[in-house]
Amino acid sequence: MVQEFEDHGELTVEVRADRILEAARALKSGPSQFTLLSGVTCADFPDEPGRFRLAYHLRSVQTGGRVRLRAWAGGLDPQIDSVTSVWPGADWQEREVFDQFGVRFHGHPDLCRILNPLDWDGHPLRRDYPIGGEEVQFTDAV
Amino acid sequence: MALIPPPGAPIRRSPRTDDAIDWDLRDPEALEASRGILTTTVEKAIAWAQTSAIWPATFGLACCSIEMMHTLSPRLDMGRFGAEYFRGTPRQADLMIVAGRLTQKMAPVVRHIYDQMLEPKWVISMGACASTGGVFNNYAVLQGCDKVIPVDVYVPGCPPRPESLMEGIDILRKKIGANGQVPSSELIAERRAERAEWDAQHVSDALKGGPAS
Amino acid sequence: MSTTDPLSAFPLAMEGREAVEGATREGRPLTPTERAIAAVEAYTPAEAAERTLRNEMLADSRPGSRQPLIINMGPNHPSTHGVLRVIVELDGEVVREVVPVIGYLHTGIEKQCENKTWWQAITCVTRMDYLAPFANIHSYVLAVEKLLDMEIPSRAEWIRVLLSELNRLASHLVFLGTSGLEMGAMSIFFYCYRERDEVLDMFEMVSGERMNHRYFQVGGCAQDLPEGFLERLTQFLKEMPGRIDEYEALLTNNPIWIDRMKGIGIIPAEQLLGLGVTGPTLRAAGIGLDLRKSEPYSGYEHFQFDVPTETAGDCYARYLVRVREMRESVKIMQQAIDGLPEGPVIADDRKVVLPPREELAYSMEALIHHFKLVTEGFKVPAGEAYATIESPRGEMGCYVVSDGGPKPYRVHMRDPSFVNLQALRPLSKGGYLADLIAVIASLDPVMGGVDR
Repeated sequence: MVQEFEDHGELTVEVRADRILEAARALKSGPSQFTLLSGVTCADFPDEPGRFRLAYHLRSVQTGGRVRLRAWAGGLDPQIDSVTSVWPGADWQEREVFDQFGVRFHGHPDLCRILNPLDWDGHPLRRDYPIGGEEVQFTDAV
Repeated sequence: MALIPPPGAPIRRSPRTDDAIDWDLRDPEALEASRGILTTTVEKAIAWAQTSAIWPATFGLACCSIEMMHTLSPRLDMGRFGAEYFRGTPRQADLMIVAGRLTQKMAPVVRHIYDQMLEPKWVISMGACASTGGVFNNYAVLQGCDKVIPVDVYVPGCPPRPESLMEGIDILRKKIGANGQVPSSELIAERRAERAEWDAQHVSDALKGGPAS
Repeated sequence: MSTTDPLSAFPLAMEGREAVEGATREGRPLTPTERAIAAVEAYTPAEAAERTLRNEMLADSRPGSRQPLIINMGPNHPSTHGVLRVIVELDGEVVREVVPVIGYLHTGIEKQCENKTWWQAITCVTRMDYLAPFANIHSYVLAVEKLLDMEIPSRAEWIRVLLSELNRLASHLVFLGTSGLEMGAMSIFFYCYRERDEVLDMFEMVSGERMNHRYFQVGGCAQDLPEGFLERLTQFLKEMPGRIDEYEALLTNNPIWIDRMKGIGIIPAEQLLGLGVTGPTLRAAGIGLDLRKSEPYSGYEHFQFDVPTETAGDCYARYLVRVREMRESVKIMQQAIDGLPEGPVIADDRKVVLPPREELAYSMEALIHHFKLVTEGFKVPAGEAYATIESPRGEMGCYVVSDGGPKPYRVHMRDPSFVNLQALRPLSKGGYLADLIAVIASLDPVMGGVDR
């Protein structure tokens, strides 16, 4: 199921989570040849059924075009295929998404925490994770 | 201690001893006392040595480390104070300048490095993040490095200017000296008392017709 | 430090233990990184003694046999450009495996931005890649302006170009100084920092801070350039090419520099592309990808400059690319000073930009706008945007998701150092340990950007 739209001059392609690897391969070897993976990131929408919306930013060296590939990874047990077989540079990016959001990537060679300490509990960038730190005694400024 | 007063300003004297209060080198007595510092007690000599060659351990974490490197730059040469020799191993360092934000993951490492330093050791917490957590108040940043190590001097700023760090090191040098190196007025008074005592002894011996004649 | 727990005497061993515990807690096998961390640390003094004894006995029984030595170039090391931890498996002097461990400077900037208004987030974001603060805020501000569909006055765009190039110069000066220091060349450090002090003085004139500025604003620049800034910059730019000649005289034909940097750290350019590496590292391998030329932003299309490229792809080529980029930056800045247009430095949209202070005296509407902007902040329509710029280290991108409120919903900074550092493993495998240092220096990672 593919959805495509353009906003603010950026092309976004949304695919189903189980077709992400196909889409990645198609985009990489297709006519535009999106060989450069700029980044893999995620945003947490707790009210949406898919909850974790992953975004893959791709760039074509030949044409200079950009595209954003989006997929929803699911709420309770977010999982998706890893695209490290297509772009090896997704390695640390996916580890960061796993560390901060808890999305598991199938087929990732080294899925463990990267930014937080290894025994950290929880996934900090989720919306229900508190900001932490010390409580400030005045105003509600953070 | 105050800065050197401008030329023409009166020399302030202590009400108790009539000596110059500050390290005012226009005062001939203070000048003489400053020359004679090496002849004082061993502790003061050691303190002078410690303050003149504080070797920091390399502990630059984030943006403050760049400003720390700027204190080594030709404009504000920290080598003037003997502190340019950053040691790679904490065993050979006596100062740890925690320059940058201290995160949860880095905290045990800081403690480990601090423990490896030999006594006497001092810590300067450079920057707002190292002192109190700075701009960041969240799950990842320790709200101040004094949560894991004892700190001697806090240097505020984000990042503090190299001049601020120099002032912090200067304050630390005075703090070190506070245990061994006394201010000039006390020094002068002390030496005057010693001289008076010697005078009293030897003059009385001479008067008594003793061996010193 | 004696407590009942023997491992507490070695706090660093905690992380190894955490790795093992984490894996057993989740019931999964150890990943390669966790295995490396556990191999380097998780042992008590008794285990360490036993391990040494076992290695010695093995060496006695099979003379000439070599055991791999796993060492930990810990987060506190003079040559790791910040708090980068590298676990190296050595076969003699040759590096067999490299496992970089990062996260020692993870500040939670992205989470912090979600609690700040769109303006306040600029102060958080600027402290990310601390050698290129203008690059950080440029990408963030461009992303927000994309969402707002704002038009930036041309004077603001040219000022942004001017300061971005000055920032590039300053960042490359640090690269040169610290790389030289790590290779053992101390004088270049002092030369570069002499220039950098002048650059930081100019930054202070403009924004009030030597580093971590908050000068670019959503809609333009916060203030106009102060008096005397352009004269001072012109004077500086007159001297700069001569100074760059000095650096080149010190290093470019220096046999020690060449021996240490030439032929070190080469992988095919396609592999670099696959890893997502951008910036001088990629340009030194032959692919002349520069966002200022391929996707011009902020008025770069009006400037004439070259994109230096080399083909060798080794550390020496990366050094040459960066030195030439310094010269190009000087050229761009000279063009910017010559052609700086007059006009406002910030857009006129009162819903987003503060009104000029004089207006507050006589316009009620301006007062209300000012009040709303300062207390609540402006609202950005819902949507997402990804804006990229060419920072001194590569492609710096900012992915911003808005839900229509006064605070960002999600801010993700695509930092070039984070992605470039993945290339450390293929670049340094099979080389010597000293070459690992050269490779780290030539990749020019900034740990603030890597860990965010």
